[in-house]
Amino acid sequence: MSQLSGEVKRYAANERWNHWFTAILFVLLAASGLAFFHPAFWSLTAVLGGGESSRYLHPILGVLMFVSFIIFAFQKMGDNLMKSHDWKWMGQIGDVLANRDDRLPEVGKYNAGQKLAYWAMLASMLALMVSGLIIWRQFFSHMFTIEAIRTAALVHAISGVVLILTIIVHVYAAIWVKGTIGAMTKGTVSRAWAKHHHPLWYRSLDK
Amino acid sequence: MATAQTMNIVNRSATTAPMPVKSNPDIAVAKLIDESKCIGCKACQVACMQWNDNRDEIGSTVGVYDNPADLTTKSWTVMRFNEVERADGGLDWLIRKDGCMHCEDPGCLKACPAPGAIVKYENGIVDFVKDNCIGCGYCVAGCPFNVPRISKDDHKAYKCTLCSDRVAQGEGAACAKSCPTKAIRFGKKKDLVEWANNRVKDLKERGYQNAGLYNPQGVGGTHVMYVLRHSDKPEAYNGLPSDPQISPTVNMWKGVTKTVLSWGMGVAVLAGLAHYFIKGPKEVDEKGHDA
Repeated sequence: MSQLSGEVKRYAANERWNHWFTAILFVLLAASGLAFFHPAFWSLTAVLGGGESSRYLHPILGVLMFVSFIIFAFQKMGDNLMKSHDWKWMGQIGDVLANRDDRLPEVGKYNAGQKLAYWAMLASMLALMVSGLIIWRQFFSHMFTIEAIRTAALVHAISGVVLILTIIVHVYAAIWVKGTIGAMTKGTVSRAWAKHHHPLWYRSLDK
Repeated sequence: MATAQTMNIVNRSATTAPMPVKSNPDIAVAKLIDESKCIGCKACQVACMQWNDNRDEIGSTVGVYDNPADLTTKSWTVMRFNEVERADGGLDWLIRKDGCMHCEDPGCLKACPAPGAIVKYENGIVDFVKDNCIGCGYCVAGCPFNVPRISKDDHKAYKCTLCSDRVAQGEGAACAKSCPTKAIRFGKKKDLVEWANNRVKDLKERGYQNAGLYNPQGVGGTHVMYVLRHSDKPEAYNGLPSDPQISPTVNMWKGVTKTVLSWGMGVAVLAGLAHYFIKGPKEVDEKGHDA
């Protein structure tokens, strides 16, 4: 058995910077977006300095988040294509949730849950960007019909919720699976973690 | 309208708590616009800009009498001129005073995310409260009549107030006061409905078989009503919708969906918490022995 002490690289410095830049923007956007979504969340307009500044800043921050996310998403697309063993893994989601990891098929750099989260984030980000432009009153709404604006507002609300739900799963998974968060802070994971959770990826590494 | 009104609020945007006061049909006010009496003089537009101290930019002619060509943040009412050919070859010149209809069930108020930026008073007037408006433009999407306009200067929404400031003091709307033919009347809604029904009867006797009152029930009735000579085809009057209602898309967006989805997000967080406590974290034996 090979040496399992020590760490292996998972994310480069620029990738980690990009991830946290996107994450901070997501928090600001989710807070201000929820404030526009339901009156119960109205007090979250305080996060961006009040109702009017939230109205002004939300779409600008949204474009920034979209751009930083898309750069990251393009870099990671190849690693996130669903393979046959991923569908098998997904079929055993009960074992995943019950921590019966020994019964699961081997996975590569990302497991099926991570991959589906990737596609859910990509789809909702694209929907948010397009619909967000249409309802961006200050600069773009005058170019569209009222019916298009109504549809865009609905699409924006639903895809916003889809993104928030996906991020809840994403954050929970990072808390649940111990040894994960270091990948996005210091950039490395333990060899044992890599071999256990992502054996196909681990074996492909130049050790 | 000799008596001052209380202007109690019965409906407030982005507010889930119920209001203590309900709409009161006994004091409901309305403006009745009798299209058959309108001569298109635009005195109402002048009175509106005078009372509300609005001075719109001087535009340019677009080939029709409409001036300005559309409602703006400073022109809260606009005369719409429509030339419609009749089946017998004649021409109808249909003039409609456009502006906020003051719906009993206002789509703007439903769509508005800012608490108290749009209110409806006990007497039925729908008003924008500038201090609370954030300029998002959701009211534009919510309105079935395409009325609200968002200012490029202060990013606030504007529309006809039905002279709520005058009504509070027992006065009628400025446009009604200025109208030289009394095509615009202001008063209690139930009195005006009765007056309109008589006028419709009168018009029918004079050959306008399709005369009728426009008080669309799809939005719960309106506090700006029209007597139309051709109420069978209101679209002829610059696209006045025959059956306006809050769009199903807006209802889905700002209806029960937003409450269900909000709970859904909360439940997702609690489900994660429960899973962690029941199944525990996924840990790897750092000594390197796979499970």
